[in-house]
Amino acid sequence: MEHILNPWPWYVSGPLIGLTVPLLLLFSGKALGISGSFQNLCQLATTRDTKGLLRDASYKKESWKIVFAVGLILGGFLASRFLSLGHIAFLPMEYHSISGALKLLAGGVLVGFGSRYAEGCTSGHAITGLASLQPASLMAVFGFFAGGLSAAGITFLIGS
Amino acid sequence: MKFFHLRILLFGALFGILLTKSQVISWFKIRDMFHFREPDLYLIIGSAVATAMLFLFLIRKFAIKDADGRVLAVPIKNPDRGKLLGGFIFGVGWFITGSCPGPIYAQIGTGEIMALVTLAGALLGAYAFSKVRPRLIKHSQGSSPGN
Repeated sequence: MEHILNPWPWYVSGPLIGLTVPLLLLFSGKALGISGSFQNLCQLATTRDTKGLLRDASYKKESWKIVFAVGLILGGFLASRFLSLGHIAFLPMEYHSISGALKLLAGGVLVGFGSRYAEGCTSGHAITGLASLQPASLMAVFGFFAGGLSAAGITFLIGS
Repeated sequence: MKFFHLRILLFGALFGILLTKSQVISWFKIRDMFHFREPDLYLIIGSAVATAMLFLFLIRKFAIKDADGRVLAVPIKNPDRGKLLGGFIFGVGWFITGSCPGPIYAQIGTGEIMALVTLAGALLGAYAFSKVRPRLIKHSQGSSPGN
């Protein structure tokens, strides 16, 4: 029981995360990818003709991603409420401030813009895409780490 | 497919539990990865890719079909410059927020209230991209309208 309540080591969680890709494909016919849900939520939020959108074939094809996102929220709740020992902070305390909120908002804009421009995120490219040996995903993952490591290098040099 | 949306919801919840319990939704773990302080995140991504690759290979080798008789396969994306440029922008955002799209939702579920701000930013970013998309990708050919 203690093993379940503690954080799961990489050799348990990594393969299980990977296993989600073939299982989702087998049992729902879908390729794992999450950033597409941003686009669906935007469409839902910006259209006046909601009924028309819900009948739209291209929207319908991808709308499962919103349901998947709701599942992710549920999973986060279940894991922290029933499968953990006490409260775990996933963001630093200093982010609970106005300046922290601005950082998260700006960083969030980059995540949303970048993932749509790259046509996928960590799940769609780094896991699903690399596992299906796609050159596009190798390029995207190279971009992810080039961006993240550059930002890490800059903050390391200027010390913030 | 029977209970399609229920299946999707269950897969989402399972994936959310995995992301939370593996701690890939932790800002601190993302920093540790980008500053090369510990190998955990690299090992998680590496072992996830290896596992997924093996099973996708088996699905292709045995040409496993869905109920409509189509061979199950992952859609192929176009290797255009958007992958590199968008990827770079995404990476910077990943470093700053300590979360990528899946973890944003999972963080919200754990009660991390500030993750709602990250989500709001991500939706703004996705909306902004949809506005400039025709200008950014007019030179690339055959790119699908995204997914």
